[in-house]
Amino acid sequence: MNPRRQKRLMGISAIVLLVAAAVWMMLTALSENIDHFYTPSEIVEGKNGAMPQVGQRLRIGGMVVPGTVNRDPDTLAVSFDLVDVGPIVTVSYNGILPDLFREGQGIVATGRLTEFDFIVAEEVLAKHDEEYMPPELAEKMKGIKHVKPQNIGAGQ
Amino acid sequence: MFAELGHFSLILALLMSMLLAIYPLWGAQKNHQQMMATAKPLAIGMFLFTAFSYVALTYAFYTDDFSIAYVAHHSNSLLPWYYKITAVWGGHEGSFLLWVLIFAIWTVAVALLSDGIPKAMVARVLSILGMVAIGFYLFMLWASNPFESLLPFYPVDGRDLNPLLQDFGMIIHPPMLYMGYVGFSVAFAFAIAALISGQLDSTWARWSRPWTIAAWGFLTVGIALGSWWAYYELGWGGWWFWDPVENASFMPWLIGTALMHSLAVTEKRKIFKSWTVLLAISAFSLSLLGTFLVRSGILVSVHSFASDPTRGLFILALLGIVIGGSLILYAVRAPQLKSVGRYEWFSREVMLIGNNLLLTAATMVVLLGTLLPLVHKELGLGSISIGAPFFNEMFVYLIVPFVLLLAIGPLSRWKRQSPKALQKHLIVAFAISVSAAFLIQASYDQMTYMATLGLVLSGWIFVSTIQEIMQRTDASHNKERSLLKRLTSLTPSHWGMVFGHIGFAVMLIGITLVSNYEEEKDLRMRPGDVVELGGYAFQFTGVRDLVGPNYSGHVGIVDVYTDTSLSEKVTHLEAEKRFYPVQRTSMTEAGIDSGISRDLFVALGEQLNNGAWALRLYIKPFVNWIWAGAFLMAFGGVLSMCDKRYRMAKVAKVKQRFAKLATPDVEASNVATAQKVSQGQA
Repeated sequence: MNPRRQKRLMGISAIVLLVAAAVWMMLTALSENIDHFYTPSEIVEGKNGAMPQVGQRLRIGGMVVPGTVNRDPDTLAVSFDLVDVGPIVTVSYNGILPDLFREGQGIVATGRLTEFDFIVAEEVLAKHDEEYMPPELAEKMKGIKHVKPQNIGAGQ
Repeated sequence: MFAELGHFSLILALLMSMLLAIYPLWGAQKNHQQMMATAKPLAIGMFLFTAFSYVALTYAFYTDDFSIAYVAHHSNSLLPWYYKITAVWGGHEGSFLLWVLIFAIWTVAVALLSDGIPKAMVARVLSILGMVAIGFYLFMLWASNPFESLLPFYPVDGRDLNPLLQDFGMIIHPPMLYMGYVGFSVAFAFAIAALISGQLDSTWARWSRPWTIAAWGFLTVGIALGSWWAYYELGWGGWWFWDPVENASFMPWLIGTALMHSLAVTEKRKIFKSWTVLLAISAFSLSLLGTFLVRSGILVSVHSFASDPTRGLFILALLGIVIGGSLILYAVRAPQLKSVGRYEWFSREVMLIGNNLLLTAATMVVLLGTLLPLVHKELGLGSISIGAPFFNEMFVYLIVPFVLLLAIGPLSRWKRQSPKALQKHLIVAFAISVSAAFLIQASYDQMTYMATLGLVLSGWIFVSTIQEIMQRTDASHNKERSLLKRLTSLTPSHWGMVFGHIGFAVMLIGITLVSNYEEEKDLRMRPGDVVELGGYAFQFTGVRDLVGPNYSGHVGIVDVYTDTSLSEKVTHLEAEKRFYPVQRTSMTEAGIDSGISRDLFVALGEQLNNGAWALRLYIKPFVNWIWAGAFLMAFGGVLSMCDKRYRMAKVAKVKQRFAKLATPDVEASNVATAQKVSQGQA
């Protein structure tokens, strides 16, 4: 090989190596930071036949069951139940709830599953829209519109 | 009525854009002077009709014409007049009208400010812009008409503007952002026009440079304003959330930054032509992709106020045509884009292309993180979300080599740089930045690797930028002149680069310090309670009622003292919690005391029992540096543009001198001569 070709080969292999390293880094970072979305019934009954692992990070979207919001009288700790069309999952959170957090409203929480039906949330989101429902949840509840969140749980 | 006229005017604008798309290009291909000359009046016509249409809609908002569906949905008679005017872009249809208005402004600006550019080129560029405009006007008239009427049954009052948007930051954020987004269409049009004409020398790079820099500057300001707005309006104290919509504006910015630099190389060294064309196409495509992501409603976020799948489909089709068409043209013409310059592996060219690649890689990361959840869902694999840590981690990896190249690039020579000659500079820069990083961190409680890294990198940029200025001013023949004279001898575009890089370093300092040393407390507080945070004592004195023009609410009052003895008062903060009855939404208005070295930030949460309230307290060190850095970068853009414009005018003048000789077919060679003359003078 003449020196010029050798140089070119070196350059190309360096680029290939760099790209490979970059892709590898990206995939590792990605796999650590993907949060799968579950509804309460998927957490308890499993999603596509697979149960979420206790200790796993995940996102949950559901309706806040009216009458289940419990506040600690001395701190900002709060817990509430979420439901979609079946079992109930309890979420605990320590912090300020978003402006639009209300009973009967759809919310999304990100956190860790500590028991099979208990989530410790780091973040609770409620969108700035009265009629907002997480799209995933809206899809889940398609065709079963008669089950209104107000009619589940304690009711008001 | 006025609104109907606005609608009609929009149809006329569509006709104008259709003519603009056909005639000038046809004229340019056939070398037909009269047809080429139609470009300017058609562009002006398109602008005037669009502007009239926009004024008509604004007038409808101002006069509370709730017979128009869009006005009824986004305004209310109680809304203050200035929000009525800005509510025009508070929803989907109106923000699209603003979009096409800005597109028309850019088009007319190209038509009016391009005296120094050959007529055929301008005609082609304006035609391309006309083609893109057709798509947008059709979209507006077909799928998102802001003038749609509710007659004969219309509401007595409107549904009000989204409270989040009733804010000063929101008044200027969208127009700025759109100026940036849409501005990349000009760079795109220049690149495509060059491909069509086959005139693939580097002159097109020179012509499109000021436009690209202008668009980039607007985009920088627009993104910074959006971030600032999120900071004080959302009440979470965050300034960047890696929200898909933020990402949508960040991708064109990253590619735009790469394009700006690549254009400089193409202009000065006549190399990387093909890469530059590709970047120009990508920047505009990413702007369109951003529009698609935001407007289609497939993303759920604060921004996607109104969404409709047919609209998404339309924009997706438009995106397909623009990207597909331009890439086919590129594929056909690319073999002609031969670069002539030679350069060694260690040279300024290579460092610039290296940074271009890193910026492209960063765009890929953002694109992947934004689109993967959508793809994942469409494939039926379930919904996922990609957390901010992914982006943060990737950007930390990317920024290290990026800053390294950013610092040594300007110090290096074109063609060939001996690494040895840089050694001294590098050692000095490294020593200073490391010691500065340790000194700054000594004032905080603990050191972290990330903070050290960030500070070293920003110090590195600072020092090497200064080294670069010294190198430029010392090396030149004017040693005996005063420092001031020597500094002013640098061109405005050189200062533009300096400000751009310094701005980036300032922003990096802000990001590093606020991410590593911010302090936060979510608290339950009763009136009179005092809490200590980060060397300040916060006393919650109570809550009073609040009555606004179209809202009511509470104001939480917090006094901040230097210590818990409450003797020396630092500031008085009022954090509002507003309730907007028409939309039945609550809003947080944080109480912020801004400073150079720190912000004190208080947000009022919900009311708890026993008269207590939830409060969120923050100390944000150097957070303002983030936005200050962005504005410095944009200012650098303004400086560079001034320089370019000046050159543009000079080219025009020189051209006039040659005008006697000029006939259409020797026009190009005249411009080439003019460039040589102007470069010789610069």
